[in-house]
Amino acid sequence: MGRADARWMGRLALACLAAALIVGCGGEESGSGGERFHVGLVFDVGGLGDKSFNDSAHRGLLRAERELGISSEYFEPAHPSDREAALRLLAQGDTELIIGVGFLFTDDIKAVAKDFPDKGFVCVDYSWSEGDAVPANLVGLKFREEEGSFLVGALAALVSETGVIGFVGGMDIPLIHKFEAGYRAGGQHVNGQLRVLVNYAGVTGEAFANPSKGKELALAQYEQGADIIFHAAGSTGLGVFEAARKKGKLAIGVDADQSAEAPELIVTSMVKNVDVAVFEEIRRVVSGQFEGGIRVLGLREGAVGYVRNEENARWLTPERVRQLDRIQAEIVAGNIPVPTE
Amino acid sequence: MSGPVLLLAMLAQTLRISVPYALAACGGVCSERSGVVNIALEGILLNGAFFAVVGTHYSGSPYVGLLCAGAGGVATAALHALVTITARADQIVSGLAINILAFGLTRGGLRVLFKSASNSPRIPAPDPAYLDVLPGGRTPLGEVLYDPLFLLTILLLIATLWFLFRTGLGLALRTAGEHPEAAHSAGFSVPRLRWLGVLASGLLAGLGGAWLAFEQHSFTDQMSGGRGYIALAAMIVGKWHPLGAAAACLLFGAAETAQIRLQGSGVPTQFMQMLPFVLTILVLVVWVGRSVAPAAVGKPYDPEHGE
Repeated sequence: MGRADARWMGRLALACLAAALIVGCGGEESGSGGERFHVGLVFDVGGLGDKSFNDSAHRGLLRAERELGISSEYFEPAHPSDREAALRLLAQGDTELIIGVGFLFTDDIKAVAKDFPDKGFVCVDYSWSEGDAVPANLVGLKFREEEGSFLVGALAALVSETGVIGFVGGMDIPLIHKFEAGYRAGGQHVNGQLRVLVNYAGVTGEAFANPSKGKELALAQYEQGADIIFHAAGSTGLGVFEAARKKGKLAIGVDADQSAEAPELIVTSMVKNVDVAVFEEIRRVVSGQFEGGIRVLGLREGAVGYVRNEENARWLTPERVRQLDRIQAEIVAGNIPVPTE
Repeated sequence: MSGPVLLLAMLAQTLRISVPYALAACGGVCSERSGVVNIALEGILLNGAFFAVVGTHYSGSPYVGLLCAGAGGVATAALHALVTITARADQIVSGLAINILAFGLTRGGLRVLFKSASNSPRIPAPDPAYLDVLPGGRTPLGEVLYDPLFLLTILLLIATLWFLFRTGLGLALRTAGEHPEAAHSAGFSVPRLRWLGVLASGLLAGLGGAWLAFEQHSFTDQMSGGRGYIALAAMIVGKWHPLGAAAACLLFGAAETAQIRLQGSGVPTQFMQMLPFVLTILVLVVWVGRSVAPAAVGKPYDPEHGE
């Protein structure tokens, strides 16, 4: 084969690669823009179909389409460096509100919001720290995950027969520590003798997308006596459910109702009503009440909680629900302090 | 759980973690011994996992899925061979490109076939009836040791060892990676030998991907999680030898198991996460000593102009 052929083949290979990349990270648009209010959403690691966090945000977007008559489009960045590009792409178009789903957007969305002061931005799970000035056109949504985690921790302690419960976190960061801290405190609020096993899948964003690791971590915890595990680990958590199935033990889902994954062993899910928060922000903008800043949402606002449905009634007995309701009232009233780390 | 039982469970965990590493690392040995650097192992693992799930989902049989994983791995490796051997492009660039390609293709495939960007529906894994009969067949260790894919892994390791070091063709393949001109003078086609090495790596790593998928009973976006790169490290620690590489994989598997069990004992996660890598460096420095790559690895071979 001659050199020209070789070069040609190299180019062909590159072209195939480019085509695959486009398939991999393409966005999708619904409803033709026109004069309708246009909202853009950029997903986090895991993307649409994670049956969790991202799907919840998407539900909020769809509800806004139905009830507020907006049009929308979304992007699923294939790579971390594509996040800012996706935000900019949306900001340059006729999109009026741009939503980034996940704490990983914090720095990118702040930079883009400063560059496009006439557009509105929302960052779900904004990672705010003391002295951080939020641009006037950016809303940083923060959830009191520790409050919801406190409730499922209390439930885990009530359900556990071994007195050992487990927690599998994704990336080892303060945001996920809040889940752990609330869960631990909730469990020990009910049972002072309770042991809590804790594992994290990793120290990078990939720790949220490593189900094989999640399964091994959970198997190790079940083997050490835990009989119920709460995960806050994105699709890594699917491995926790797999381990629960394997061992015939129980698990608690996160962010959205995950009981469909394995109804016979998912006791409940600690939900962050990202959909409600996303819908609420879109409603504010559409009705001209948009205001930048940090919004903190917890049990009081109904933004976090746990799932109660027909399938999990065997674990959520009326007696236990009453107990959890009492705890919830105490937290809202400020009588039970909930730690965040 | 009592001490011995816990120990056996940890051994099972070590083996479970090591299998995909070992298959990919052994594949890396085949490819690099023939003279082709193969960092595409990561992408081959990912594609293998994806095709295992697609094959199983549509046929209902995990064994068909296993075949598909092997075929998918070979097809991915064929692309690497085409670009690096036939088109003589840079081997590192091609490997990286294939890893990105696999990432995009599997994600696109999930969307098209299963309408999800995250994971596939649940699939059955091989669950042979003999597990109920064999002693300890339903214990954590038995489930690994008697697993058809685990047995196949052992068989493939031995076959690779025999092929590379006990057959004339194996010798020729190794010569293609050390002194391609010598292989050429002996009447062998260097490109063909290298194609063979790369395709073998595709088969092995593709099956490694199937292991990941069957353990999880589904495909999850990015589920290879950097295991292809760890396999490459194992290959180097194992001095480009199938047994050495397999031993290094067991070591990594044991380190990961220890890391899982020791987490939460007060040592910060970040330190525990470093354990496998610290171990790699220690083993390399203290025990293995100089690990020398095949002399002609990474250099495209041009039969018309020599090297």
